[in-house]
Amino acid sequence: MQKEFIKGNEAVVKGAILAGCTHYFGYPITPASEIAHAASFYMPLFGGTFIQAESEVSAINMVYGAAGAGVRCMTASSGPGFSLKAEGISYLAGAELPCVIVDVMRAGPGLGNIFPEQGDYNQVVKGAGHGNYKVVVLAPNSAQEMADHGYMAFDIAEKHRIPVMILTDAYIGQMMEPVDFPTEVKKVKRFDWAVYGDKESRQALVTSIVMSAELLEEHNIKLNKKYEKIEKEEVKYEGYKLDDADVVFVAYGVSSRIVMSAVDILRNKNIKAGLLRPITLFPFPKQACIDAASKAKKIIAVELSNGQLADDVRLAINCKKEVQHYGRMGGMTPTVEEIVSLVE
Amino acid sequence: MSTNPNILSKSKAFYDEFTRKGVEDVITTHYCPGCGHGILHKMIAEAVADLGIQDKTILISPVGCSVFAYYYFDTGNVQVAHGRAPAAATGVKRARPGSIVISYQGDGDLAAIGTAEIVHAANRGESMTVFFVNNAIYGMTGGQMAPTTTIGQKTATTPYGRKAENEGYPIKMSELISTLNAPVFVERVSLADVPNRNKTRNVVKKAIQNQVEGKGFSFVEVLSACPSGLKKTPVETNEWVKSTLHTIFPIGNYRDNTANAQAMFKKDPSSNRDDVLKALNLLDRSTDYKTSVDKTKFTDQNVRLAGFGGQGILSAGSTLSVLAMYEGLETTWIPSYGPEMRGGTSNCHVRVSNKRIGSPLVETPNVLITMNGPSLEKFESIVEKNGIIIVNSSIIDKKVTRKDVKTYYVPLTQISTDMGVPAAQSVAGLAAYLAITKVIPVEKLEYIVHKSLKRKELAEKNIAIIRKVAEYINSL
Repeated sequence: MQKEFIKGNEAVVKGAILAGCTHYFGYPITPASEIAHAASFYMPLFGGTFIQAESEVSAINMVYGAAGAGVRCMTASSGPGFSLKAEGISYLAGAELPCVIVDVMRAGPGLGNIFPEQGDYNQVVKGAGHGNYKVVVLAPNSAQEMADHGYMAFDIAEKHRIPVMILTDAYIGQMMEPVDFPTEVKKVKRFDWAVYGDKESRQALVTSIVMSAELLEEHNIKLNKKYEKIEKEEVKYEGYKLDDADVVFVAYGVSSRIVMSAVDILRNKNIKAGLLRPITLFPFPKQACIDAASKAKKIIAVELSNGQLADDVRLAINCKKEVQHYGRMGGMTPTVEEIVSLVE
Repeated sequence: MSTNPNILSKSKAFYDEFTRKGVEDVITTHYCPGCGHGILHKMIAEAVADLGIQDKTILISPVGCSVFAYYYFDTGNVQVAHGRAPAAATGVKRARPGSIVISYQGDGDLAAIGTAEIVHAANRGESMTVFFVNNAIYGMTGGQMAPTTTIGQKTATTPYGRKAENEGYPIKMSELISTLNAPVFVERVSLADVPNRNKTRNVVKKAIQNQVEGKGFSFVEVLSACPSGLKKTPVETNEWVKSTLHTIFPIGNYRDNTANAQAMFKKDPSSNRDDVLKALNLLDRSTDYKTSVDKTKFTDQNVRLAGFGGQGILSAGSTLSVLAMYEGLETTWIPSYGPEMRGGTSNCHVRVSNKRIGSPLVETPNVLITMNGPSLEKFESIVEKNGIIIVNSSIIDKKVTRKDVKTYYVPLTQISTDMGVPAAQSVAGLAAYLAITKVIPVEKLEYIVHKSLKRKELAEKNIAIIRKVAEYINSL
């Protein structure tokens, strides 16, 4: 079966639609706009809904409404727009609504620029909004994974009743690669918590308000148990030449692609380098970090940010070994040689 | 006095007991004595019951005193963030077009923090009914200024009275909404006395009925009393609503297109596999392409194409990737991005390999196709030793200075312009590259050109250019 040569930003929408996503609400922002373009193109062709919202704030609240009404729905943005969605994401988490939110990172802070960066790591991985909550964060590093994550994100979101983030960067969004799309369209289930506008769902109440302190603490504890369950069930990572690695790189997104090339070069020079690539950033692959670190002589977190990923690696291994941070920012990307030279 | 038992009973659209309150008292509402919310709730509940739409109704509870509307309404309920009710209601209605969505908001919620949401939901003509309770004060947060607070009115945040020069004037939402084309029904009503309440009851029902009939966006502004916020008795408050709010916010209809409005009912999307696959252009994924590359012997190709905008650089790059994909090879394409994007050159990175590709960035190309002078200047130095540079000699006068690379001067612009398709000059560069290296037979490009160019005549001209370039290379 023929693959399709496609941009990551478009692939994620196709994957989502194949997963049964019927509603997209978004606001244009570079470098995520192709996601909205693709959704606006494909959705009407089978009766789905695309709305260009008046703001990022409205878009996320449209998602809140549609998710509460039990459809598979999504939105996408980049840094500044993601910041505006933060309040809505907290509501989604509080009301335990499944949905998919894509952040194609650009460089910040502030308006920054439209070039690739990974500076939204803490914002997205730590949930972005107010209150005690977490979100599942997927980190694709290819157009194929953009499609795959769009296809699988809703299942995770519904299984745990949680918003799922797809955190990627301008390179992975803008890059074109061959993609193999699934051949089946997923059926969307009916939920007992959603409002359908019918007799069976008349008692359904979608809300995040809990007026009693005792009950709200209970709700928070319940949410935290859910996050613990997610940490047990949803960890995904890839080890690339990792088994015998003395030098362990940790990287995700485009950084992981650059590191892969560096690992190959180092291996050719008989240096046992390997890559641990988190595919889920929450839940973070802690055990994989511990295992890789136990054998490693050197651990280097490579990121397009100021040590945000490195901190999570340190936390994962309980600071038992030194974790070196190598980061470029502002839209700069390291060359493969630059990474190789960290080891030589 | 009455013989009708319904007059003294609660609407069926209310719960018998308000157990969602979570307190012992499940009979009374949480609203203060004299508050307009309870009255409006009752009118909405009665209309919902009368219209027989209780099962279909989804109420959107806002932030503000009416955040707890879901304690009372025995309908589907969605409680939303401050100001966002029209956006969330949009999501609900678009997800469940068969439902009846009632969005309920106060003045701070709708006319301050949520101004954008209400204006744009109205402007889209969302099929929903909006009730806007205007009592000129923030009730729940403790009596602060509302966008509808009157000039001179003292509130917790206008302790010296609202001043136009500092806070502006009370915002008139019904007038504002009625400037838009889409809303079908806009009316301002009042709960200040019995005659007004009777009128309000009818308007509430009509605004919901409009949605039942698929007629679009209805907006009802309800002037209402907040005795606690205004620090007056209920009687005084209603008198104040009449003497002050009625003057500033004239009661009346601002739009009624219900008689002419066309009923529109949105359908649910198709969940049929073939419909969705067809929409995504994924239904037929068969191919008659015959591969010709021996993948086991393929050498990695790291290509940079560069020129100026309009030379078709980016699409020529992706054409190479598509060809590689048909051959079953791994490939990546990325447009120039980041700092190098500046300075007028358009360029892209293409990698082709028989193995999984790591970095998609081509830092040291083994092939550089330069379509203009600045590109050659910029990228000549990064080409791998023993690499290839193809120079578009139609435009570039300069010669390559490096001796450790193989250079080919090909009049790409001239060939493609002479043959009628100047836009094909970068594809011509691609043809030159394939004809020189033979990593993939250049004839295979013809298949991709046919596939990507729907206009047959244009495709044939492109193919003629490819053949001409191949001939040129073979004659060197």
